[in-house]
Amino acid sequence: MRPGDIAIVGAAESTDIGTVPNVSSTGLALDGAANALADAGLTAKDIDGITTGYFPVADISRQLGIFPKWCDNTVVGGCSWMFQLRNAAAAISAGYCNTVLITYGESGRSTRHLTNSGDFGVRGGMAQQFDLLYGAGMPAAMFCLPVVRYMRDYGLTEEQLAYVAVAQRKWAALTPRASRREPLTVSDVLNSPMVTWPIRRDMCCLVSDAGGALVVTSADRAKDFPRPPVYLLGSGGGLEAGLASPAGVRDPLHPEFIRTSGRAAFEAAGITHGDVDHLMIYDAFAHNPIFGLEGLGFVGRGEAGAFIAEGHTEPGGNLPMNTNGGGMSYAHTGAYGMLCMLESIRQVRGEAAAQIPDVDIAVCHGWGGFWSACSTLVFGAQRP
Amino acid sequence: MAHPLVPVPTPETQPYWDGVAAGELRLPRCQDCATAYFPPSPICPNCTSRAIEWFTASGDASLYSYVLHQRPAKLWNADGPMSVALIALAEGPMVLSTVIGCPQTPESLVLDMPLRATFTPFEEIKVLAFVPAEARS
Repeated sequence: MRPGDIAIVGAAESTDIGTVPNVSSTGLALDGAANALADAGLTAKDIDGITTGYFPVADISRQLGIFPKWCDNTVVGGCSWMFQLRNAAAAISAGYCNTVLITYGESGRSTRHLTNSGDFGVRGGMAQQFDLLYGAGMPAAMFCLPVVRYMRDYGLTEEQLAYVAVAQRKWAALTPRASRREPLTVSDVLNSPMVTWPIRRDMCCLVSDAGGALVVTSADRAKDFPRPPVYLLGSGGGLEAGLASPAGVRDPLHPEFIRTSGRAAFEAAGITHGDVDHLMIYDAFAHNPIFGLEGLGFVGRGEAGAFIAEGHTEPGGNLPMNTNGGGMSYAHTGAYGMLCMLESIRQVRGEAAAQIPDVDIAVCHGWGGFWSACSTLVFGAQRP
Repeated sequence: MAHPLVPVPTPETQPYWDGVAAGELRLPRCQDCATAYFPPSPICPNCTSRAIEWFTASGDASLYSYVLHQRPAKLWNADGPMSVALIALAEGPMVLSTVIGCPQTPESLVLDMPLRATFTPFEEIKVLAFVPAEARS
């Protein structure tokens, strides 16, 4: 597979996102899938491969009327759909199928009792035996464990951590579909309720309902579709922890799996950091973009907090990041990977709410499993 | 059936839980490469050897990093915030646990402070916890 051999030819969110009462996770996935198929000018009969994330393949396939000859249900947490895109690209290149629908839906807010959000708590599993009892039910207790040590080692301040949320709110203000658009200050963030010290509510992602889907095929066919194709130039992935928490990560402040993933994606795409016009770094919590910027090599160790505080990633900055407002302001269902990719794709197509001019190269980086997996994707407007 | 948060041992992890019940922190160690590791596995994660032995760890540890969970699970019967901590065992592995026997405040919980393993009731069993090394729970 060469850079740009695979293209995204359909991409859409569910019709409504945010608070969507009376629609189940499955319903959100089906709605997003139908929207993505319409975006591509296709029907279910045109699809011969599918990925369904947390759902049984048969549930989604059957309800859409798809009879796939290839499927993938890789589940590693929030970035699972990014891994699935990578796998779909490989499957299409291998000739296993031609056109893949990648589906996602999660009613993280309204009908959680019907939602299977990737069960880390399987009885007898490592996380159930050794992790979940301590940080029970709260990603903020697991995901944020490295933050205090990072603050001590690098001098990251609470104000800088809060500013990550402030910078992203500036993008959300430009984005009508974002759930939280009102202005936000560092003082607001630092006065919001404590959740898991030193993490406060406004440093945490939202809890939302949303779905979305992608249609992926060979770039040789990409010009046949109604919307501008978005080419997959490179991809990477990395997994490290054997537990749900960062207890399984060898170096929690500088995880190797971030470098592994980023290096693979950048090398495959043949790009350097200076080529990147637009960046998404999955923000389940305010520190995630800091760790991502450093792990991916955009800045040096200990530099990302100041980099964001200096305005480089906000509107008008030279590295626009999380331009939908991110999980902290746009929407976050429980697994944000699909929404993260969809903003990258809108930016490359030129149809984002807070559109950056001339996005030729976009990098999208997502996390999974509270800090045990990640994936990096490089999207391009042109086939090299 | 027990509450879903109560750990369920497997045959491969049973020696660890037998140790907990006996008030000892037992870890697996590879007889070929001498690596002590966690979580338990019948295969050494360093060299893929099957020659595994269990030993009683020193219980010495230090505080790597943590959060103060403002709403811990009811099963802990906590009357306020509870530390959730990454703890570096003297033998090398990192574990997730909690530090008890001291105020649950940033002032009391200082990174790299020496800790000692202890075991604390959790529903019908005991689970691993840590106390400041100078204290005794």
